[in-house]
Amino acid sequence: MSYFDEMGAEDDLRDPYETYSAWLRQQDNEALIRKHHDAERVFRRTGITFAVYGQDEAEERLIPFDIVPRIISAREWRRLSQGIEQRVVAINAFLEDIYSKQEIIRAGVLPESIIAGNAAFLPEMMNFRPPQGVYTHIIGTDIVRTGPDKFYVLEDNARTPSGVSYMLENRSAMIRLFPELFRANRIKNVENYPDLLRQSLESVAPPACSGKPTVAVLTPGIYNSAYFEHAFLADNMGVDLVEGSDLQVSGGRICMRTTQGMKPIDVIYRRVDDAFLDPLTFNPDSMLGVPGIMDVYRNGGITIANAPGTGIADDKALYTYMPDIVKFYTGSKPLLENVPTWRCVEKDSLAHVLDNLQDLVVKEVHGSGGYGMLIGPTATKEEREAFAAKLRKHPENYIAQPTLSLSTCPVFTEQGLAPRHVDLRPFVLMGGDKVRIVPGGLTRVALKEGSLVVNSSQGGGTKDTWVLNDD
Amino acid sequence: MLLGRTASGLYWLFRYIERAENVARIVDAGSHVALTGDADRSDVWPSVLRSAGVDSVFPGDVDHATEAEVADFLLRNRKENSSSVLSCIDLARSNGRMVRTALTREVWESLNEAWMTMNASLSGPIDLDELVERLEEIKRQTAQIRGAFFGTMMRDDRYSFCRLGTYSERLDNTARIMDVKYYVLLPSSSWVGTPLDNHQWRSILRSVSAHRSFTSVYGTEFKSSLIAEFLILDRTMPRSLTFCAAGLDRTLGYLAEHYSQSQPCDEAAHEMLLKLRTQKMDEIFEMGLHDFLQEMIRQNSGLSMQIATDYNFS
Repeated sequence: MSYFDEMGAEDDLRDPYETYSAWLRQQDNEALIRKHHDAERVFRRTGITFAVYGQDEAEERLIPFDIVPRIISAREWRRLSQGIEQRVVAINAFLEDIYSKQEIIRAGVLPESIIAGNAAFLPEMMNFRPPQGVYTHIIGTDIVRTGPDKFYVLEDNARTPSGVSYMLENRSAMIRLFPELFRANRIKNVENYPDLLRQSLESVAPPACSGKPTVAVLTPGIYNSAYFEHAFLADNMGVDLVEGSDLQVSGGRICMRTTQGMKPIDVIYRRVDDAFLDPLTFNPDSMLGVPGIMDVYRNGGITIANAPGTGIADDKALYTYMPDIVKFYTGSKPLLENVPTWRCVEKDSLAHVLDNLQDLVVKEVHGSGGYGMLIGPTATKEEREAFAAKLRKHPENYIAQPTLSLSTCPVFTEQGLAPRHVDLRPFVLMGGDKVRIVPGGLTRVALKEGSLVVNSSQGGGTKDTWVLNDD
Repeated sequence: MLLGRTASGLYWLFRYIERAENVARIVDAGSHVALTGDADRSDVWPSVLRSAGVDSVFPGDVDHATEAEVADFLLRNRKENSSSVLSCIDLARSNGRMVRTALTREVWESLNEAWMTMNASLSGPIDLDELVERLEEIKRQTAQIRGAFFGTMMRDDRYSFCRLGTYSERLDNTARIMDVKYYVLLPSSSWVGTPLDNHQWRSILRSVSAHRSFTSVYGTEFKSSLIAEFLILDRTMPRSLTFCAAGLDRTLGYLAEHYSQSQPCDEAAHEMLLKLRTQKMDEIFEMGLHDFLQEMIRQNSGLSMQIATDYNFS
């Protein structure tokens, strides 16, 4: 199998990499090895770590950082960002519709079965319009590339996408390690993301807010795997980082307990899943949320970002309908393609999937993080057979996709550069006023040779992502 | 304005850093006394355990505790000693993680680095030849946190809660160290200087890093009652009870000003300071040094609880 190389061959470099390559050729390998180790020290000192559940030996781990940037031209970025914006606008319109008139079902574009019995669909959200009609305040769209002009959307993370702190820390590490590169290249700035996030959140204040909105980040606490990011974002936005135990309902508002008594919050950027948000409405055992927040929300006392119930939009069962959804709400053809997908619940598709298991990636509809999946080409015969049995038993739980020949980008190894597969997660902010997309995103890279799994929980690393100002 | 939990986290973060440092000082004093002088020093290490206030949780025989056992217990033991240096730095860091947004990047990074450094250097049994170097390193790391703190934090309510934690812990520590050996500080023990008492008072002064400053104030006349006076009433020695009480009083005053509202804890702190400022050393000896120190410890811990109530700690 051949892969599209983002950098291009040595004698046939792709344009965005020219300046970087010229610089790289002049570098001494020993010096690069030193930088490579410096980078790790920088990250350890910052405390930018994530917890991996079920790994006793290390409570905290670093996501490996690679010192070779992933570079995107202004032209490529324009195309991508237009496609992404179209898609998130459609997703938001879909959510507004699915939680009110459900015209998309009436029009026969989506089968009713897609929401009936789907745990990601929250009946509690029916006939309630969040402030400014915004559901998905923050979306992380996972994009993969297979050719110069071939971009696919792999996933729309519409719940609480994480990773943006790595985008920002990677950039500041690169500036620290290689200042000369930032003088030689014109790279679009990503550092104002926290300001944009705050502006975006302030633009969706609830009716009860008077004056300048008070924003807070809600975290499950220091043992959550993404705690670093929660603290990072609160810190950089200059807002409070709260836990459920700091909050209570008082006078129809959500208030935080402060050194000066109770103070109301207007917009809460919650990094707590729907199920744990309100023990009175959802999981009654939750200690992470705020009892009664859903009532306050529905009465206009607070804005919750992202809105509860947005999970229905990034459910894998719905993914296959995304091109139709984009068309239905925007009236135009999707600018970004979906990966061709078989719904195993359909009889013909299941047969095809079972026959071609060695070439396909099979994913669980409600799973995440690459755990409940089968990667046909790298699985053993036994693994495939075991998975086939699961498939036959519950075909409705699975979708299948061809193994995409994900593009590669070189990573630094002590033996020199080596190609590894990458994806890209740009972060999109939807406010009451407009959509904001920071030029860049998080490039995740499968560090194991040949591996296509970029998840950090499965040995993936990250790279700084440059969008050039080159036109 | 801060979350009550944040105020509490800042307060405890700095209490634990102070405690880690104090434990290192106590071990350092023990080690110094054990290495100098020619008399029998077998009672040094039991006394170190008592000064650190952990003799009741020490798993071995306190009276026959050795240097290696005590150093290990005070610096490394996380399981049985919640006040060991490693326990303290763990707790300091998890409080720091919790209040990450209230700290400057420099403070957080120096705290994180202290945690990494100590975890690495105290990961295995301590080589006694390197004990002094280990202790120096602990003091260096905590000093770096303090340096970042003073150099980069805004002088607002966050800063004040950190300072309160430091002063509360330090006052408690000095009072306890004195109380463990109050009998050598009584005037009736007359001139200190006999071989037996000599190392006792030296270790007290060293435990609060005051051996040099004492001579600079009082000269070389090492009278036990003067040592007590220095550690209790001196207004310039940064570990004396009066200095710490003044710090608490002043800091609570800043908070009241910052929030334009005074609290019951302000009154309590002021009362404690007033008592220290007006009392004479002979009155304290008359009342009983041990009783006086016990009362200070009680009053200080009452004040901590009042601060927690008034400022919604949780």
